[in-house]
Order: sequence, then structure tokens, then C-alpha cells
Amino acid sequence: MNTPQIVALLIQASYFAAAVLLIMGIKRMSSPVTARSGIQWAGVGVLVAVVVTFFYHEHAAANTPLLIENAALIFVAIALSTVLAWYSGKRVAMTSMPQMVALYNGMGGGSAAAIGASALIGFAGVAEASKFVAAPSHISLSIVALAVIGALIGAVSFTGSLIAFMKLQGWMDKTFRFTGQQAVNGLCFLAAAAAGAYIVYALQIEHHVNVMYIVAFFGLALLFGILMTLPIGGADMPVVISLFNAFTGLAVGFEGFVQQNVALIIAGTVVGAAGTLLTRLMAKAMNRSISNVLFSNFGSGGGAAAEISGSMKPIEPDDAASLLYLAEKIIIVPGYGMAVAQAQHKIWELSQNLIKRDKEVKFAIHPVAGRMPGHMNVLLAEAGVPYDLIADMDDINPEFPNCDVAIVIGANDVVNPVAKTDKSSPIYGMPILDVAKAKQVIVIKRGKGTGFAGIENALFYQDNCKMLYADGQEAANKLIAGLKAMDGGGGH
Amino acid sequence: MTGIVALYIFMLAAFTGYEVISRVPVILHTPLMSGSNFVHGIVLVGAMVALGEATTPLQQIIGFIGVFLGAGNAAGGYVVTERMLEMFKSSKKPAAGGK
Repeated sequence: MNTPQIVALLIQASYFAAAVLLIMGIKRMSSPVTARSGIQWAGVGVLVAVVVTFFYHEHAAANTPLLIENAALIFVAIALSTVLAWYSGKRVAMTSMPQMVALYNGMGGGSAAAIGASALIGFAGVAEASKFVAAPSHISLSIVALAVIGALIGAVSFTGSLIAFMKLQGWMDKTFRFTGQQAVNGLCFLAAAAAGAYIVYALQIEHHVNVMYIVAFFGLALLFGILMTLPIGGADMPVVISLFNAFTGLAVGFEGFVQQNVALIIAGTVVGAAGTLLTRLMAKAMNRSISNVLFSNFGSGGGAAAEISGSMKPIEPDDAASLLYLAEKIIIVPGYGMAVAQAQHKIWELSQNLIKRDKEVKFAIHPVAGRMPGHMNVLLAEAGVPYDLIADMDDINPEFPNCDVAIVIGANDVVNPVAKTDKSSPIYGMPILDVAKAKQVIVIKRGKGTGFAGIENALFYQDNCKMLYADGQEAANKLIAGLKAMDGGGGH
Repeated sequence: MTGIVALYIFMLAAFTGYEVISRVPVILHTPLMSGSNFVHGIVLVGAMVALGEATTPLQQIIGFIGVFLGAGNAAGGYVVTERMLEMFKSSKKPAAGGK
């Protein structure tokens, strides 16, 4: 065996090792005990593959005249991007994690699309050359087709994720709708698909494709990603980010086939499948199908919803504190509002103050509370709340009737009893937390606005519900102060 | 690699992804989504190959964008996931930390 052969073998072995490490990494990330080592295993996998890829070029030097120049470009691009991404990833607040995942995911999709673009331009050159030697093109149909499909999916994921990022970051209005939007989106997708199909046809049959068609194809695909994400509102963002994550995975898998790189195929497909399942789980938790999330006008209708009688009853922090002081069992229901107010640490401090006074405190997490599944769990974990105090919806729901006080902080639609009672409501059928059945409910909320579904919350009008209008941190501070004041003899 | 072999790989990898995630507790959904986001950061390797084999300036530009985006996916995805999972480490002990 000569040196190039050994190098080639080592490269293949490294890619294989990388694929194993990535799968083991995901596997370990699926259990809380091993999760931390999981990301490190996966990290080593990618690092090994990246380092080894430099040797790949030395191995393939014969047919790459621009080797040195390209290697320098690779180095500059990696250094620049790694520094930027590392810095932004380290600095960003925990509450902004969802949009950072969306951003980095979009970058992955864009990278896959770029691989597809580069490959298609290369094929166009090869096809052109083979036309004159009268030899059939050596590029197989499956490779060209997957290059196009992978590029389409990757490009959609790229712009779609960027729009999701901008929406969550607050750089863009939550929703953007116009009449005939579905038709425009549909036409845009069909045009992109048609351009893609023509590229495949032209490369395979005519051995010639004008680069303008490739440009048009990518333009349409990128545009479709934007159009498709524009009308989707805040509450559906977790589902959409998860869907784009699966998209990027698939795109990477397909482009991996184009490059005949098994590590890419495996890692991409595993993420594609896992991401699709995760997306379905999330959509199911909201009692909606994925197509419903993507194509319906959630939150814009609901005009026929029944009128709610009664009024919202405000409560002073001191009175709320006395309710807590007398309670034995307290359930705290956090939502996205807690994340916005960065109130998780204060809420945990409040809980510790309650636990100190021999009260039973639990946290109830709705599957889609926040902006990503498990978003609330991450924030509570950050604040130091132990696992055993945090309960999922199905486990905690039977406990609400025995609960003296339920504190709702920044959650809205996921505690709205209308989802069970009013068939005309847009959220009818969505599983909710049975907060309405608690003996007393305190809702900490900044104002009287509605949730993302844009509908009134019947819970707020119930007789056992009191509204504490305040910022989450401020409210928690005042409740803690109120509790302490009562310890000191009750007066103030 | 023929198309049919690739098809088998696609199929097996898809089942693997499905199996791995189907037994995940809800608390790990966000870190896992973030982690799987990092895993497809291996796209960087593909982009490096694409740029390395570029023969025209246009391919070099596209390849550069690809490597830049892929590296962002990998580096950013790693940092964010690591930070999220870091918090899970400390969450075992504080059950008694009501001080």
C-alpha cells in the first residue's frame, strides 16, 4: 500500500469514527445523566472529521489546481465564523436560546444549499464538456436529483430560519399576512420545484444548463423560505424551528450523497428523522397538525368565540402574599412571560421562601410553554430548581383541585379553560393545564393583553382568579417581601 | 456507492434517529434539538470539500459562503448546547438549597 492509499483509508476510518461519535452523542444527550458528555462526544466527532478533511485535499491534489488558495480560503472562513459564532453563543442570554438555535440551524441549511450550488455548477461544466466528446455524462440521475432537492430544502431552511430568528429576536413583526398568500406561496414553491426539475432534465438529457436557471432556482427557493415563515406567529415558532432543524438535517444528508460522504449522510438523516419526530410531538402537544401550523391562520380568526362574562379582579402584592402565607400546596405555572421578564431566579427565590415555611411547591410545565419544548425546564434548571419539583402536564393536572394557590406567571393560552369548553375557539381541543380548578389562582401579568392565540382567557374572569399586574421579577420581589413582613408579626 | 446502498443507509439512519429521540424526557427536548442542530453542523466537512475542489471563482465564492455558514452552525450549535447542558449538571444537588 502506498502513502495516498493509506491516507485515503485513514480518512475513511476517521469519517466512520465521526459518524459513530455523532450517533453516540445524540444517544447520550437523550438522558439527563449523560447529556453533557453527549455533546462532547459529538463535538469530538465533528472536530475529527474537520481536521481530517484538510488531508482529503492533499489526497485529491492532482485535480485541484487551486489547492493552496482554496485551503487558505477554508481556513479564513472557518476562523472568522467560529470566532463570531463562539462569541455570540457564549454571550447570549439563556432566554434567547431559541433564536440562536434558529440562527445556527439556518446557517447549516445555507451551507448545505451552498454545497448543492457548487456541485450543480460543477455538473454544468462537466455536462458541457461531455457534449462535445459525444460521451454520455457520468453524473448519475440520483446524484443530480438529490443535489437539487437537498439545495431546495437547505435554502428554504436557511431563509426560513433567519426569519424565525428575526421574529423571536423582535426585529420583525410577529405575523405578516395578505389575501391570497397561500396561492402566492404555492406558486413560488411550484416555480422553484419546476426550475429544479428543469435543471435535472437539462443536465441529464441536454447536457447543457444555463447558469441563469441555477440562479433562478436558488432565488425562488430562498424566497419561498421567507414567504412560508412570514405568516407564522409566535406561539407556533417552536414547531417551525424544529421543522427547519429537520429540514437542514435532510438537506445535509442529501448533499452528503452528492459528495459520497457517508458521515454526512448518516448524521444528516439521523437529525432529519429525529427532528421530524420532535416536530410531530410538539405539534401534537398543541393539538394541531404540522400542516395546520404551516398553512392555517392561527390567531387571526376566532371572532365567533363566545363572550366571557365577569371581570378581571386585580389584587395587591401584599394580599397575594397573604394568600400564599395561608396556603399549604402551591403550584407555579411558568410561561414565556417568565422568560421575557428573566424572572426564573426570583421565582425560585420565592419558592424557596415558601418551602422554608413548610409549604408544598411544585412547578407545572405545559409541553409547549415558552418557545421550544422544554424551554421552561431549561430556564428553571438555570435558576437551580431541582428536577423533582418540576412536573409534566399529565402528572400535575389531577393535583390542581387539591391545590390551595396556583401562581400563573407569564402563561396564557396553555391555561385557558376555553380550550375545553368553547368549540368555536381557535384553541379548542388543545390540552391545557387545569389551573382553573385550583382553589385560588394568582395571575402575574404585565397588562391585560391576550396571549399569542389572540383570544381572551376565561380563567382571568373566574371568581377564584386574581390578577397581579406587575413585571415578573418585581412581583416575585414584592411577594417575598410580603411573606417576610408577615413573619415579623403581620403588620406593615 | 450506488444509489441502492445509499438508500439502505438513509433507511437505517432514519430509524436510528427515530429510535434515539422517542424515549427522551420533555426536559431534554430543547437541549436535544440544540444538540441535533450541532450534529448537522458536520455539513462543514461537506462545504470544506466543496470549496477545496472549487475550480472557478464563482465556486470559490459559493464555497466560502458554505464553509462560513457551516462553521457557524457547528461552533454556535456546540456552544449553545454545551451551555444549556451545563445547567443540568448542577441541578442534582440543590434540592436542599433552600437557604
